[in-house]
Formats: sequence, structure tokens, C-alpha cells
Amino acid sequence: MSPVVLAAAEAAPFHDVLAAPAGSPASLAWLIPVVPALSAGFLLLFGRRLGAVAAWIAVAAMAVSAGLATWVFAFLQSQPDEGRVFVHTVATWLEAGDLRVDWEVLVDPLSTAMMLLVTWVGLLIHVYSVGYMHGDERYERFFAYLNLFAASMLVLVLGSSFLTLFVGWELVGLCSYLLIGFWFERRDYATAAKKAFVVNRIGDVGFLIAMFVIFGAFGSLTFADVLSEPAGMIGAGTAAAICLLLFVGAAGKSAQIPLYVWLPDAMAGPTPVSALIHAATMVTAGVYLLARTSPLWATVPEIGLIVAYVGAITALVAAIIACAQNDIKKILAYSTVSQLGYMFIGVGVGDQVAGVFHLLTHGFFKALLFLAAGSVMHALANRTNVWEMGGLLRVMPVTAITSAVGVLAISGVPFLSGFFSKEEILVSALDTPGAFPIWLIGGLAAGLTAFYMTRWFVLVFLGAPRWAQIEPALHPHESPVTMTLPLVVLAAASAFGGLLNPNPDGPLHHWLEPSVLRFAGDEAFIDHTLAAGIIIAAGLLGIAFAAFAYTRRWTQPAPAIGLSGAAQRAFWVDTFYEWSVMRPGLFIARAFEAFDRRGIDGLVNSLGRGTTGLGSVTRRLQTGFVRSYALAVLVGAVLVTAMLLGTGLVR
Amino acid sequence: MVVPAGYYLLLAAGLFTIGLVGLMVRRSIIVMFMCVELMLNSVNLTLVAFSRIHGQLDGQVLSFFVMAVAAAEVTVGLALIVNLFRLKASTDADAIDRLRS
Amino acid sequence: MLTALIALPALTAAVLALVPADNRAALRTVAMAGALATFAVSLVVLVRFVPQAGFQMRESAPWIPQWGIGYRLGIDGVSLFLVVLTAFVMPLIILAAWEQTTRVKGFFASLLALEATLIGVFVALDLLLFYLFFEIMLVPMYALIGIWGGANRRYAAIKFFLYTLVGGFLMLVAILYLYFQPGGGTFAYEPLLDVARNLGRTEQTLLFLCFFAAFAIKVPLFPVHTWLPDAHTEAPTAGSVILAAVMLKIGGYGFLRFSLPMFPDATSRLAPIILALGVIGVLYGALVAMMQRDIKKLVAYSSVAHLGFVVIGVFALHPTGASGSVVQMVNHGLSTGALFLLIGFLYDRTHSRLIADYSGLMRAVPVFGGLFLFTVMSSVALPGLNGFVGEFPILLGSYQTAPWAAVLAAFGVIFAAIYLLWAYQRMFHGPVEGRSVGLADLNVREIAVMVPLVLLMLGIGLYPKPIYDRVNPSVDAIVGQARAGADLPDIAAVGEGDE
Repeated sequence: MSPVVLAAAEAAPFHDVLAAPAGSPASLAWLIPVVPALSAGFLLLFGRRLGAVAAWIAVAAMAVSAGLATWVFAFLQSQPDEGRVFVHTVATWLEAGDLRVDWEVLVDPLSTAMMLLVTWVGLLIHVYSVGYMHGDERYERFFAYLNLFAASMLVLVLGSSFLTLFVGWELVGLCSYLLIGFWFERRDYATAAKKAFVVNRIGDVGFLIAMFVIFGAFGSLTFADVLSEPAGMIGAGTAAAICLLLFVGAAGKSAQIPLYVWLPDAMAGPTPVSALIHAATMVTAGVYLLARTSPLWATVPEIGLIVAYVGAITALVAAIIACAQNDIKKILAYSTVSQLGYMFIGVGVGDQVAGVFHLLTHGFFKALLFLAAGSVMHALANRTNVWEMGGLLRVMPVTAITSAVGVLAISGVPFLSGFFSKEEILVSALDTPGAFPIWLIGGLAAGLTAFYMTRWFVLVFLGAPRWAQIEPALHPHESPVTMTLPLVVLAAASAFGGLLNPNPDGPLHHWLEPSVLRFAGDEAFIDHTLAAGIIIAAGLLGIAFAAFAYTRRWTQPAPAIGLSGAAQRAFWVDTFYEWSVMRPGLFIARAFEAFDRRGIDGLVNSLGRGTTGLGSVTRRLQTGFVRSYALAVLVGAVLVTAMLLGTGLVR
Repeated sequence: MVVPAGYYLLLAAGLFTIGLVGLMVRRSIIVMFMCVELMLNSVNLTLVAFSRIHGQLDGQVLSFFVMAVAAAEVTVGLALIVNLFRLKASTDADAIDRLRS
Repeated sequence: MLTALIALPALTAAVLALVPADNRAALRTVAMAGALATFAVSLVVLVRFVPQAGFQMRESAPWIPQWGIGYRLGIDGVSLFLVVLTAFVMPLIILAAWEQTTRVKGFFASLLALEATLIGVFVALDLLLFYLFFEIMLVPMYALIGIWGGANRRYAAIKFFLYTLVGGFLMLVAILYLYFQPGGGTFAYEPLLDVARNLGRTEQTLLFLCFFAAFAIKVPLFPVHTWLPDAHTEAPTAGSVILAAVMLKIGGYGFLRFSLPMFPDATSRLAPIILALGVIGVLYGALVAMMQRDIKKLVAYSSVAHLGFVVIGVFALHPTGASGSVVQMVNHGLSTGALFLLIGFLYDRTHSRLIADYSGLMRAVPVFGGLFLFTVMSSVALPGLNGFVGEFPILLGSYQTAPWAAVLAAFGVIFAAIYLLWAYQRMFHGPVEGRSVGLADLNVREIAVMVPLVLLMLGIGLYPKPIYDRVNPSVDAIVGQARAGADLPDIAAVGEGDE
């Protein structure tokens, strides 16, 4: 074990877990999810009579939540560094045999950071939706679901045990299902919703089994019991099993290989949903889980390395696919998968701060990009093909300029938020033994990211207005202020979010120290400055190449051949799953069904038929003539008497 | 004059046989019914006779039971016959074979 | 108190016989009053129940003392909620069947007679009395399926009857065997418990199998489950609901009440096989459910899967799992009962149960769609709703003693999502087509039926503690006894010695 780990272990998370002082913001944190949950319930029951007011109720609930979260944040900041981990028990939830789980909130720097992201970005997206969803026939239902989602996500973030986290984990899955299938009249949308739920459930089983193992090893499911000193309580094998199983869960929720297939399809949902759930918050839950359980991972860094490799490959593959997509939202969806891969590199190599940092900045710029895409679709009557767009810079300048900020941030242009977070992740990968290939892959993916995002921007906002030829009647215009205001705020956050942690020892690092345990290495494989230069160069090269190519050369959609064709079809992964999992599964189910009907039930029925057959033979004796029965009685009586006399029983 | 016990038994056996043969050969449900009564009463006679022979009361008690049961049987039986006659307009026992599908 | 629970519905059924058959209003009012009164009494029982192990509110009267048969009743944490559940669903069923038009009198009388016998089964502490209730119950249920059922009702009714009867007779043989053992001579529960425990290994195993047959058929456990889909499908809504909500629970109840305490040694030795059957039930039931075209049959197979969990929880011999099983039985009653009620509402309107006949119901009848989705989510064990607080402890507990069973059964969670959501998607999503066109949404009466169920599903999901508090002591005692009897190490419960 390297000295770094030992040094960090002294300041391990969950060593000092305090009960939240009564009346303090930390003891009221449970209200943060409860407020939107109540609002959701209210809107579901009575929303239809409220009309447009419904939306503002939902926004108000989010605002209250965001206010409370900020209040909690301020309270934590007022506490000394080492005394910032609070729990507050609301009630006992489950108690059966030796299992006991409470409804308990955990207020610590990590959960507070997540809480702030969820509530504030959530609030902005709620506001945005007021304009975006205007005129939808299920307007109030949409806001009810959004509120419910926010509540679930906050439960996930605030839960003080694996099980309460899991509650939020599943509930966000439900909301995701409801919102992807929001326009369920279209069968393909409904299918996408179901696919998301089922694929998530596959991951969830990993999470479930992880909890069984944890309970078997620790006899408890609370973070405080499990994470305060895991190394002393379990063997490396158990720890490895737990970590791998947790990663299966995380891979499902955070769309990593091999469970990422649901996320691109999830774009069937309304765009604010894609921004909130499938970019900024829910899909990052896996990263949060891994960051939260860092003390466990610190005991088995090799498993972390596996996670980092999976993340790196996901980042690369998704980036390649994104380069060939033509749907304005699908490009962003694959980009999200790719960026999530980066976060897993961060938490995998043991630099949770960098992972969470990228989670936050990605939350800003990806939400921004999705909302911008929504704004564009809003203007172009829900067109989604980027080849039918173009030239929108003049028509909708606010959307275009804020998008530009987002594109530059995600591309890693220096001094914007994405630059810092991505850089810190890659530096940690560089410093961790055995992770140099990850750095290389990450650098390559960074170049590709810059390329496809620039391509996205160029095709949508620059060049000739191709939509005008396709549908001359279209008169796009800038979106209403409820939609542009969130764009501006998020653009500001994307631009200056880097200030959270402008260097690996920055404010965010200090803030998160009580919550996470860093176990990344610290031996630079190559010089950091040189490495940073290479990554920046890759990004700029990608931007320059895409800007040149898509303004001058490639002004037509690429033919679907070769690598580009393969990437356009996402490397046939869906087809592969269909033939390797779905069809065999259906075949087995069908075989079982036939077995049930013909085999088991057939046996039962033939037993019945046999009995009936026997009956139809014997019933011939029953002639229905009373007198023949009497004769039979007589014969019987005579025989019995004869026997009795014959055997000498009766003299 | 005391009639020997054997005569009672012979009479009872005769009555029983008449009842049995009647039950076998007649088709009228009423006659069959009467034959059953005849058989029951022949048994009663046997019971009383044996009771007398052994000097015990058990047989006589039992014969009262038989009478009571026979009375009950007559009520139910006649009711059934009346109903059957209504249904079939016949007292032929062989005509009643509804359970035989 | 417990006598009242049995007598009230039985008397109501008798009173119904006196009401003229064509006075529908009077019939249903009387039936409803009887069911509500029973429910009220069950609430009193619930309130008076002291959360501790052992039987309470015992009643005992000699019945046929020559043969040691007594009228012995008692209730504990295992039976408490099953009794309350029975009394709770009955008024809802009657309300759901409010518009019943064919043979109203017999219908309600059968329902109430059924309720009396069901409660009787759960509170009987005399094996012969238990057996009597166990068998008498078949008559009203047979009538419900055979008279008011669907097209193939005769086949289903006879199948149901024969299956249960076979198991019942085997159980009777075992009960009589125990009775004639030295130390027997009575049918009272506790003395026979001791008799059974002192038997030799072979005898224990054989008797265990006899009891097991009766309960496994009731559960129903793979491979003796095929009566259930037919019975469920052909039964009228009321019959399906009571079958799913209460009658299937007799299996799980019987395991906990008789199999574990009486034959601990046989239980622990046969447990791996039974666990395997439970796991097969979970996975197999789910896969077969996936392929069903009839929504009622689909839900029936989902019952096979859900009750597989119950069996796993009981036979893992872990207090967490076993408590979870008891709660899961209640939960399954609520959510599957609710599903059958909803399907019944739909069937009342369209007279079709085929999934393919519907499309876009969520748009056509949103209230119905919302309630259905809620119930489906409860059924797929979404945390926060009731299904999860039963299933999770089962799996967690089973993992500690039988990891392989828990891990395999956990995959049932995925399958449950697949078959229910797939069916939901086919029926409720998409454009409004087929029989969905022009449907009327739920009326006030139907919503009133669902509201208590929905509230309970949510309430139990968020705060199951009151239930677990009452279930835990009894289950801990039973599992503790069973483990001790089988020479397995004890598993301490949390909270013991705390306060």
C-alpha cells in the first residue's frame, strides 16, 4: 500500500459522524426532498384543474428546495472543517430480524454539493420548462413528474445508508421511465422508456446483491458503519466483490459499457428531461455512488483501475459514435455517455474530487447544451436532424452564443469550466500506476469531443439556413425569456465553474475532503505541463478541424459507409443485444410457456382424463334400473351369507 | 295355545321372500314400495319372535325403531313417488333413468 | 373476539339466505354491513394486539372432548395481518361487485362464507378445526368459480378443487398420524407440536412432506402451480381478488405455523430443495408470465413468481427473511388484489382480457391508467411502495443463509419489470385503438375501491414499522425454534437487549 493511502486514511470519511443539532439546517434537510414530493403529489391529484398555475407551483417547490439546500450549505460552511458530517434520523423505516434501516439524512460536503447541483440546475430547468412545455396537453403532469424526479434525486443524494440511497436510485429510474415515455402515444417512445427502466434494473440487481454482501460482511447498511473503517473488517476478496457489484449498478444508471444502450434512446423524452435527468443529475448518480463509497474502493485500487478502463473505453467509443450522429439530441446523448466515462476515470483511479468536479461542471454545460438544443427544436417545429438546420446564429443569437460557451467548455478550451475538471481527471490518471493508457485514450477522446461538439455547433448555427429550403413556411425566432434566462445562467456557470477548483488543491478539494478518500497515485508518468499542453492541443485541433471541415468541405451528410457508417449505427450494439439477449430470452420464455401448458398441465390433464376414462368403464354397471340393483343386493347378500356360513364364522 | 316360535320365523321368511320377489319382478313403483314395506315388517316379526325366544326386550325395542324409520321412509318415499309421477306420468320404475346419460 | 371474526361473516351469510333473492339493494347492503362489521372487529383485534411472541386472545372450548377435538383459537404476529387483510379486502370486493346482477344472493353469501372460513384457518389452534376450515373453504370458492366464472369455469373449478383436496387429504393423514402417536390423543396445536418434534427422522420427513404437499399446492409452488392461472382467469373478479389476496397466503402461513415448528429437522434438511423450487418459481413464473396473452393469466403467473419469494424467505430460516415473507404476503395481497380489481373494472366495460385488444389506455382512461401504473410499480417492488419492504428483507435475509438462492431470485426483479412493463406498454401506451376507444374512466365507486388500497400501498412502503413491530417477535420465535430444533446457530435480532 502506498504511503499516500495511509496518510489519507487518517483523515478517513465517516470518522466523526455527528447528530445534527436540533433545529439546525442539517436537521431540517429532510424537508428538501419532501417539499417537491408533496408538490408532485398535489399536482398529480389536482393539477388538471390548475392549468398554468401548476407549473409555477412546481417551480416554487423547487425554489424552496434550492433555498433550503443553500441554507444547509451555509450552515456546513460555518462549521469547522472536520465537523461537517451530520446525520439526522427522521424515523425508523425497516426493522426485520437483524436488519434495521432508518429514514435518515446524511448532510456532508459531498451530499451538499450534489444537493446544490440538483436543486439549482433543477430550478433552472423547471423555469425553462414553463416556456418549453407550454401548450402541451399534459402540462401539469409534466411538472408533477419533474418535481417527483427532483424529490427522488434528493433522496438518493441525502440517504444515509445504501438502502435509502437505493430508494432514490429506483425512484429516479421510475421518473426517468415516466418522462422518457411522456409522449407515450408514440410506440417507439414507450419502448425507449421501458428499455431504460429494464436496463437500469439490470444494474440495480448488481446494486442489490452488493447490499446483500455488504450486510453479510458488516451487519449494517449505513454509510457510517460500512465506510468508517472498511479495511479492518473485510477481506480484499469481499471488498472486490462489493466494489464490482456496485459498479454494475453504477454502470446501469450512469450508462457505461455495456449498459449504456438505454441513454441514446432516452432522448425520446421532452428536452428539459434530457437536460435534467439524462445529462445533469440522474445519470451522474453512479459517479456519486462510487465517490461516496471511496473508502471501500481505497482497499482495492485494482478494481478501481478496472472501472477507470471501462470509463475510458466508454468515453472513446461514445465519442466516436457521437461524431457520426445526425440527431441534435443524440449527439449530445452520446456525448453525455462519453463525459460520464471521464467521471468514472476520475473516481476509478481514486481522484473522487476530480470526478465530482467534472460531474458538477458537466452538469452545467451539458444542461446548457440540451436546453439550447431544446430551444432550437422549439424554433424549428421539433426538427431534430442537424442537416436540416444551419444559420440559426442570426435568428436566435442568445441560444447560439450560450451554446458556443457550452461547446467551448466541453471541448476543454482553457479557463472554461470543462478544461479544469477534465484536466484534473487526466492528470490523476497520469499519476496512477498502470493508468497511462487511460490518459492516452482520454486525450484522444478529448480531441474527438472537441471535434463532434464543434461539428454540432457549426451544423446548427452556422452556414446556410437549410431549413428554409425544406420548409419555407418556417419562421424561427428566439425563445421566450423563461427559456433564455436559464441558458444565460447556465452559460455563466459553464464559463466560470472552473473557479470551484482551478487546481487539484482548490476549494472543492478542501470542501470534499471530509467525505471522500483519495487514493490516486502521485508519481507523474510524464511532466504535467507537457501533458496539459497535449490535451489542450488535442482539443484545439479538434475544434479547428471540425470548424474547417464542416464550413468548407463536408456540407452534405456523410454516406453511411466504413467507420462513419458503423459509428452512425452505433456499431450495431443494439442489434447485437437483440440477437444475443432479447431473442434467446424470448425463445426461452416461449419454451417455458409451452412446457407449462403442454408439459405440466398436460400431465395433470391426462391424469384427469385417465380417471374419467376409468369412470366411463365402471359406470356401465350402473344401469339405472332399480330392480337390477335390488337383484344385485340379493345376490350380494346371498354370497355374503354363504361365505359366512362356509368359513364357519357363523354356525 | 302357544304357537311355537319356529312358525313365526317361517312366516317372516315367507313374507320376506314374497317382498323380495315382488321387488324383483314388479315394475310398478308403488308395488315395489309396498314390497319393501313387507320386507321391513317381516324383519320386525323376526325381531319380536327372537325377542320372545331369548326373553329379552332388545328385539322389540329395535322393531320400534324400524317402525319409526319405516314411517319416515313412507313419507319421503311417497312424496318422491308423487313427484316422479308428476314428472313422468308413469309409475314404471324402469322409466326413471335420468342420471344415466 | 376471534369468534366474532368468524361468526360475523358466517351469520351475515345466513341472514342473506333469508333476504328475498330479488331484492338486490337489501342483499348488498346486508353483505356490506356484515363485511364492515367484521373489518371493524379486526381493527379492534389489531389495536389490542400486543407486539410479542406467542398466541394472544386465545379462546378454547371443548367440542368433541372424547376425541380431543376442541374449538381452540388464537392469534399471533404471523396470522394477525393476514386476518386483518382478509377483513380489509372483503368490503372492497363487495363494493367492487356492487353492480353484480346474476344470482346476487348466492354470490354474496358465498363471499361471506369464504371470509368466515379464511379467518377460521388463520386463527384455528386445533389441527382438526384448521383442517375443517381448510376444506370447507373450497366449497364457496368452488361455487364462485363454477357459477360466476368465465367461459371455461367448470374446468377451472374442478381443477382447483381437486388439486387442493389432494393436498388436504395428505395433510389429514399426517394430522391423524400425529394424533395416534404416544402423547397425542388431542388435536390441540401445542401438544402435537411436541409430539411431532420427538418423532424419528424418517417419520418427521414423511409427515413434513404430507403437510408440505398441502401448503405447496396452496402457495402454489412450482410444479404444482397450474391450477392457479386457470382458477384466476376463470374466477369472477371477486374470486380472483380473494384467491390472490388471501387464499394463496394459507400456503406461506402453513409453512410458518406448522412445517417449521413441527418438523425443524426435516425442514432444514429439505430446505435446499424447497429453496430451489422457490427460485424456479420466481424465474419460471416470470418467464411464463412474459408470454401470456391474457392479462389476468399474466398476473396469475406473477403471483407464482411473487410467492416464490415468500417460500424462499421462509425456508432460508433467517428471521429477516421470514419476517419479510409475512409482510410480502400482505403486500402481495394488496398489490395483486388491486391489479385484479382493476382488470375487473376493465373487463366489466369491454368483456375482454386479451392484452392485444387494448392500446393507448393511458390516454383513453387516464385515472385508470395512473392507478394501474401505481399498482404495477408496487408489484415490481419499487422502493417507497409496499412491495419493496417485503421483498428486500426476504432477499437480504436469504442471502445470509442461502446466498445462491438470493442471488438467483434477485434476477426475478428484472424479469418482473420486463413482463409487467411490457404488458403495460402494450395496453396503455401507443395510440388509442381497439377496445380502448370510447371507454369510460373509473367512476366514483370504483375509485373508492382503489383509494384505500393505494393509500395502504404507499403507507406500508414508507412506514412499514408498525407491521414489522408486530410480526418480528413471533417470526423470530418461530425461526429461532426451528433453528434450535435443527441444531443451527442462532441469529440474534437487533434491538434485543437494547432497551
